[in-house]
Amino acid sequence: MSATDPTVVHDVVIVGSGPAGYTAAVYCARAQLAPVLLEGAVTAGGALMNTTEVENFPGFAKGIMGPELMESMRAQAARFGTTIVTDDAVEMNLQGAIKQIRDGAGNEYLTRSVILAMGSGYRELGLENEKRLSGHGVSWCATCDGFFFRDADIAVVGGGDSALEEATFLTRFARSVTVIHRRDSLRASKIMQERALNDPKITFAWNSAVEDLLGDDKLTGVVLRDTETNAARELDVTGLFIAIGHDPRSELIKGQVDLDDSEYVLVDAPSTNTNIPGVFACGDLVDHTYRQAITAAGTGCAAALDAERFLAASH
Amino acid sequence: MTDTATRVITDDSFATDVLASDKPVIVDFWAPWCGPCKMVAPILEDIATEHGASVVVAKMNVDENPKTPAQYGITSIPTLNVYSGGELVKTIIGAKPKAALLADLAAYLG
Repeated sequence: MSATDPTVVHDVVIVGSGPAGYTAAVYCARAQLAPVLLEGAVTAGGALMNTTEVENFPGFAKGIMGPELMESMRAQAARFGTTIVTDDAVEMNLQGAIKQIRDGAGNEYLTRSVILAMGSGYRELGLENEKRLSGHGVSWCATCDGFFFRDADIAVVGGGDSALEEATFLTRFARSVTVIHRRDSLRASKIMQERALNDPKITFAWNSAVEDLLGDDKLTGVVLRDTETNAARELDVTGLFIAIGHDPRSELIKGQVDLDDSEYVLVDAPSTNTNIPGVFACGDLVDHTYRQAITAAGTGCAAALDAERFLAASH
Repeated sequence: MTDTATRVITDDSFATDVLASDKPVIVDFWAPWCGPCKMVAPILEDIATEHGASVVVAKMNVDENPKTPAQYGITSIPTLNVYSGGELVKTIIGAKPKAALLADLAAYLG
């Protein structure tokens, strides 16, 4: 049986990878549901692929690199018979007993159940010059691009764990790192805060919003607006790393699956049931509260068990 | 290396392998520590295999070759630069799925 045989009706197709998708695949595969996993053409492994060390995933006392954790979960899913397709879903018709999914290469998959695990994408600042200067000083990936800012003065926007992790990582290369944050306190975990606050290379621009990006061919600075006094000032930086959060990747299923006001998929918690029978959702696509690798893995597991029960009941 | 369709290039070989090439050359600027670069690598192997008659696909490790990336102002990877007749004619920044890359590169793929 080929995964891409358009006449085969699969038991379950998992859309998206990361801790949620891979864990769902491990459970579905061990339940002998022969899952097909569309892991993403360029996003396979999810958000953790662009991180460095993960210190809070239980079982790894000494920490583990994000990409290594994902490769290991992927191998575990493959070991039990998951068919892994390195492509995106580009079209989904989720209504009815047999759901249809088409991938980027044009292959069609028919399936009795679907587990949605598309995760989230980086949020943009929404500034006019942002697209033009992307890749020319403006970046969303510190692990990819930090290398190019050796001895430079750079900035990170954001106040959560991702922002502080990036800032700390970037001190390996940069001369100075300014963390730009809208408020006067951080959302990040205490350990990350302490690390950043004690780092001699890191300074904080509190109560500051990025209002404009300066530079013709490449970034030369940013304009900051003080959120309390409304005063504007310029900060000379050649690199700006944006870590202001994520938005769920739910565009493809909008109109079919019920979403909340922020476009996260709504599930009937504590189950992973969406409004469509046989369609389950997990990971960052659903969760705007916890957003951790371990919680994503947890809901991925729940989605697999929900799918298994659904299939058993409908056979 | 005979088992890959892409060609490994360096700062030293750039002028000969890229600027003096008869065919357009797609240069993939990458590094081993870049996650999205790993995603693009197999797609570029495919493109090299499928379109080898009209285009050369080359890979430059920026960690080992600092000069060329600096010369072309690269501050983000993966970056794909297309060179034709010794000139930079197109830049694609960031990982994209195969269909999107094929569309962006259509003019050079024959």
